[in-house]
Amino acid sequence: MNNLVPLSYYLVLSAILFACGVTGFLIKRNIITIFMSIELMLNGVNLSFVAFAAHWQKLSGHVFVFFVMVVAAAEAAVGLAIIIALFRTRETLNIDQVNLLKL
Amino acid sequence: MLHLILFSVFALVCVGGAVNLLLQRHPINSALSLVVVMGALAVEFLLLGAEFVAAIQVIVYAGAVMVLFVFVIMLLNAGEEERSNGSRVAWLLGIPAVLAGMVIVGWALLSEAGSVALGVTPQAQEAFGNAPAISQLLFHQFLLPFEVTSILVLIAIMGAVVLAARPESAQKTKKEI
Amino acid sequence: MTPTLHLWLIPILPLAGAAINGLFGKRFSRRSVAAIALTFCGAAFAMAIWIAARFSSLSLPHVESFPRWLLEQGLGTWIRSGTFSVDYSFALDQLSLVMLLIVTGVGFLIHVYSVGYMWEEGGYYRFFSFLNLFMFFMLTLVLASNYLLMFVGWEGVGLASYLLIGFFFLRDSAAAAGKKAFIVNRIGDFGFLIALFLMIRHFNSLDFSQVFNTILQNSQQFPIEKSGAGVLTAIALLLLLGACGKSAQIPLYVWLPDAMEGPTPVSALIHAATMVTAGVYMIARSHVIFERAPSALMVVAIIGTLTAFFAATIGIAQTDIKKVLAYSTVSQLGYMFLACGVAAFSAGIFHLMTHAFFKGLLFLAAGSVIHAVGGEQDMRKMGGLRKHIPWTFWTMTIATLAIAGIPPFAGFFSKDEILWRAYQASWIYWLVGVVTAFLTSFYMFRLWFMTFFGEYRGAAASPVHEEHASDSRRGVSPPHGHGHGGVHESPPIMLVPLVTLALLSFVGGWIGVPGSLGGENHFDKFLGPVFRSATPNINTGNAQPGEVVPPERTTEGAEPKTGHSTEIIFTGISVGAGLLGLFLAWLLYIRSPQLPDRIAGSIHGLYSAVAHKYWIDELYAWLFVKPLIAISGTVFWRGIDQGVIDATLNGSADGARELSDEVRHMQSGNVRSYAAWVAVGATAVIAYMVWVGLRTP
Repeated sequence: MNNLVPLSYYLVLSAILFACGVTGFLIKRNIITIFMSIELMLNGVNLSFVAFAAHWQKLSGHVFVFFVMVVAAAEAAVGLAIIIALFRTRETLNIDQVNLLKL
Repeated sequence: MLHLILFSVFALVCVGGAVNLLLQRHPINSALSLVVVMGALAVEFLLLGAEFVAAIQVIVYAGAVMVLFVFVIMLLNAGEEERSNGSRVAWLLGIPAVLAGMVIVGWALLSEAGSVALGVTPQAQEAFGNAPAISQLLFHQFLLPFEVTSILVLIAIMGAVVLAARPESAQKTKKEI
Repeated sequence: MTPTLHLWLIPILPLAGAAINGLFGKRFSRRSVAAIALTFCGAAFAMAIWIAARFSSLSLPHVESFPRWLLEQGLGTWIRSGTFSVDYSFALDQLSLVMLLIVTGVGFLIHVYSVGYMWEEGGYYRFFSFLNLFMFFMLTLVLASNYLLMFVGWEGVGLASYLLIGFFFLRDSAAAAGKKAFIVNRIGDFGFLIALFLMIRHFNSLDFSQVFNTILQNSQQFPIEKSGAGVLTAIALLLLLGACGKSAQIPLYVWLPDAMEGPTPVSALIHAATMVTAGVYMIARSHVIFERAPSALMVVAIIGTLTAFFAATIGIAQTDIKKVLAYSTVSQLGYMFLACGVAAFSAGIFHLMTHAFFKGLLFLAAGSVIHAVGGEQDMRKMGGLRKHIPWTFWTMTIATLAIAGIPPFAGFFSKDEILWRAYQASWIYWLVGVVTAFLTSFYMFRLWFMTFFGEYRGAAASPVHEEHASDSRRGVSPPHGHGHGGVHESPPIMLVPLVTLALLSFVGGWIGVPGSLGGENHFDKFLGPVFRSATPNINTGNAQPGEVVPPERTTEGAEPKTGHSTEIIFTGISVGAGLLGLFLAWLLYIRSPQLPDRIAGSIHGLYSAVAHKYWIDELYAWLFVKPLIAISGTVFWRGIDQGVIDATLNGSADGARELSDEVRHMQSGNVRSYAAWVAVGATAVIAYMVWVGLRTP
């Protein structure tokens, strides 16, 4: 397909998504929401990969996105399991109260 | 032209969904906005000729991972967030850092918009990002990462099962037996 | 090419003895320790005799280094730095032969004496180890062929002196005395070192022959410094400072009276016969430098004269028998310095030799006296001992006559020659010298009378008394037949050295009989080649005060400027001074014993000053010691050590701790702050990468 949208537009969109993900990570208190911000970040990165793959006509970018998704899925599974275990012990989903690893 | 319009519309949807994720207080609302983002992204992928990726984006990401998120939110009965300020550092250092980073990246990208490297994308081939093409790559060049990733998933499954299991259930099953 | 004399063996033998006794002596019996010490010291003495016998066949000066097989290992050179090099080499000429014989001979006799004297002291092996160590250093000093090796011996005898003075180290006063000796010596050594540096700078060598030849052959560059300013004067004055420290002259004499805390053989060997004479030897050795710095030479003479007189005045009021002898030593050293100061170097060495005999004898006999009365050193508690300890009495008498300058004993010839040569430089020197001779005779005969005559005023009164008891500090008696009790004579092993030295004190002066009395002054002639130097510029006319008497005139009577008759008159005057002192002592201590107290009462202020040694020690303490300790305490200790060094160390530790205290707040357990930091870091990396990307064209 002949795409007339400049690559940089896609990259800017990817950057915006990534920034939103980071911001969400920083300002949200609910653990699950933070997790979702991480997924948002990953999505932004996926977009960037695909954009470059289209630009350079290399399919490796798509394959990498494939792997990113697999890993994100696995990570989501394990992370949510951890959150469940955490909720069982601490009865809270507030990340500010998960602070025992301190000096 | 059409591309540009489609791109802009769905880009707005993406950004809107992302911002909404930040603004909502209840996690379920954030989860649903994330689904919207992922859907819009799938369209963007299609615009870029990545058919396979768009498909699995919808199936795997929006269809499985986000469902899992929603299940967990409902399971844990997560309520609205309270207003508390736990980390000054996050607000004072993190937000400005993110803003600064984005400004830098944006400026770098847009100022180079005229150059060839980031300019108009070249002609795409037919059947660029379809399944056979990807599978050719996946099972020939990237076979090893593929297999390793499958093991990774296996481990993740086991980990999730172990982590999320109820502690008493092991004893109960023993007693019942 | 004369065959090697193995000069290096002479110092090494006592060193071996010191090492054996020092390392293993604790397990040996006293006999073995004594045997080892005597063997090695005696071997050195025997070698010295052997060399003396062969002396006339040697070409001089005879310089040699280590044996060839050691040299081939490259061990002969000590320092090599560019064109400057220092070797381990020993040299023998007439002067060092004389010193060698004195050191080994008198040293050996004192070793023999100590076997008996120290028999019942603890640390027997340690004593002889130190004594042999001292011999090693002293012989190194005497035989060295360059200033640096001499300095090694110089420092080493200081060390041995410290070790031996503080031999009874459990006694605070002894330990303090040892420290004082070493520290005051160090002040002199500082001068010596600066002189060495100047020599390296200007002569590029420290070897005796090289330095002296450089001076002699470059008379434009090193002229006679009449103005009193110049390199040679500086070197000479600094060397003089070193000699003042070692030979106990003003202002660095204060350690010698305190050094009497050590055992008496130590006082005899180190502080009478050998170590304190090292300064005189060094000045005599450096005569080339001194002769070309007339003002420095004048300073030497003035210091010598002043010290001689000053110490003699103190000596007349002392009551401790060893202290009298100590001040007497300082005074006699002043005579030697006076001799060197008027360029009568061989006269100075002559007096050094006779002094070694009679002063060594005086100390040993004093030790015998102290041993006889069971440790008492105060003369006021002695008296009438001549009946009980005849051998000691007679030997001490000979020594006293020698030091008082009564002919034909040794001291007469040497002292008389010094006075005669002093007169030729300035009548002031001569006058003070004669007065000092009178004082010397007075206090020595005072000692003699108080100790041996009159009634016994002490504790160990009758032969049936015991109790040497309380004195752990005194060497008591070696095993002899009868038990301790009362005043008793010393055993033979202590008497033999006394008799030998008495004999030497009697005949020792006869090799230097001056021409005016019919002799040929063999001593002067023997040392002539050493002190002769090719300096035709020196004024051979009437010597003015402070000017150098030409060294060609080393033989008495060779060119009698003022004639024999004058000399005989002056000789008579000095003998008269000695006899006058004898008479006065007899008057005050035998005839009218109540007189001394009345005189002391009438000139109470002056007497008090003299009895308190003019409060010099207190002055030094107030002037130097107290301020130094105060500065050490406040500036160095509190200010620098605690304030700077400790503070820096502790401060850096505290700083590290505080820093980590601050930094650990990062580890708050708060995940969001971690995320924030990650974001900051990521932004930094992005910025950097963009910057790099923009830089590349």
